[in-house]
Amino acid sequence: MKSDILKVTIERGADRRDVFEVPAYDNQTVLDVVSWVQQNTDPTLSYRFACRVGMCGSCAMMVNGVPRWTCRTHISKVLDGNAVTIGPLRNLPVIKDLAVDMDPFFDKWVAAEGVHHGGLTRDDPIAPVDQTSPARVEANAGIECINCSVCYAACDTVAGNPDYLGPAALQRAWSLLNDAKDEGRSAILEAVSGSDGCHNCHSMGSCTTYCPNELDPMSAIAGLKRETAKSFFKRGR
Amino acid sequence: MKAAQGITSRAHPLWLAYMLHRLSGLGLALFLPFHFWVLSMAMTDPARLDGFLRLTDTGLVKLVEFGLVFLLAVHLFGGLRLIAMEWLPWSAPQKTLAASVAALSFLIAALFFMKAI
Repeated sequence: MKSDILKVTIERGADRRDVFEVPAYDNQTVLDVVSWVQQNTDPTLSYRFACRVGMCGSCAMMVNGVPRWTCRTHISKVLDGNAVTIGPLRNLPVIKDLAVDMDPFFDKWVAAEGVHHGGLTRDDPIAPVDQTSPARVEANAGIECINCSVCYAACDTVAGNPDYLGPAALQRAWSLLNDAKDEGRSAILEAVSGSDGCHNCHSMGSCTTYCPNELDPMSAIAGLKRETAKSFFKRGR
Repeated sequence: MKAAQGITSRAHPLWLAYMLHRLSGLGLALFLPFHFWVLSMAMTDPARLDGFLRLTDTGLVKLVEFGLVFLLAVHLFGGLRLIAMEWLPWSAPQKTLAASVAALSFLIAALFFMKAI
């Protein structure tokens, strides 16, 4: 049954849960609901968003216990009756209310060597990239990541080991490993093969299940597992 | 209740497969010391071993044995699944095909098994 009023529970800190009544509209995203609360009921509610169209990756939150991009999640898809519970992203320190500190997430992006390792200067000719080569297909599979941290929040391995690099950073490393323009192969393999690297992954697949852009970090991490193992055995020879 | 909610939010097939693999492994790990202890009686106390073996004729123990075979089968297939998933860069249709073939061969094997007993 459709209700005109939504019962919205927002987690604010460990013990505080505020319940708000929000008018329902035909086209309403979870972010719209949070914004309505902040603009009409409680101006002290903190949350983060920017583009509202699923490009910037800043509005992810836990919605009924599932990490989601709130700007592209229609409230009618997640309502339990007329109720919904919204909380800050899991696995990241909460700054206030629904805003989390994304620093650990981005620090791991760098720790996994998710940075460009160039080998050419501006004077060199541009290296041709074959879009159909198997390596390029692998690299392309992960480049639409918007750094929203939904996979990181979904991952039970991150929850169990806060130092684990996490699905997004490792997927980036896999993309760069397969990028013909990137020359950081040994640095990447070194970075992802440590005790907090790709071999931590238990292939639970929550990253792949919940990625809003339908990317597949689990398979990317499996790729890193294969490459690090191959390089280990080659080194031993 | 919060923990239960956490589990339902993660209960997708891959996560359940992971859980089944872990729990079956744990079950087998708990069983193995007992298994070896009973086997060791063949050397130390054959009469007591025979007593244990007679126990396996009772219905309840047969049911537990079924559970044991189930754990073993689930854990074996879980391991094969993991090895295939992580070591073979298969595409999604290839994975579906492999799973279907495994299921079909399991079905045929089960049919033969049921004819045999």
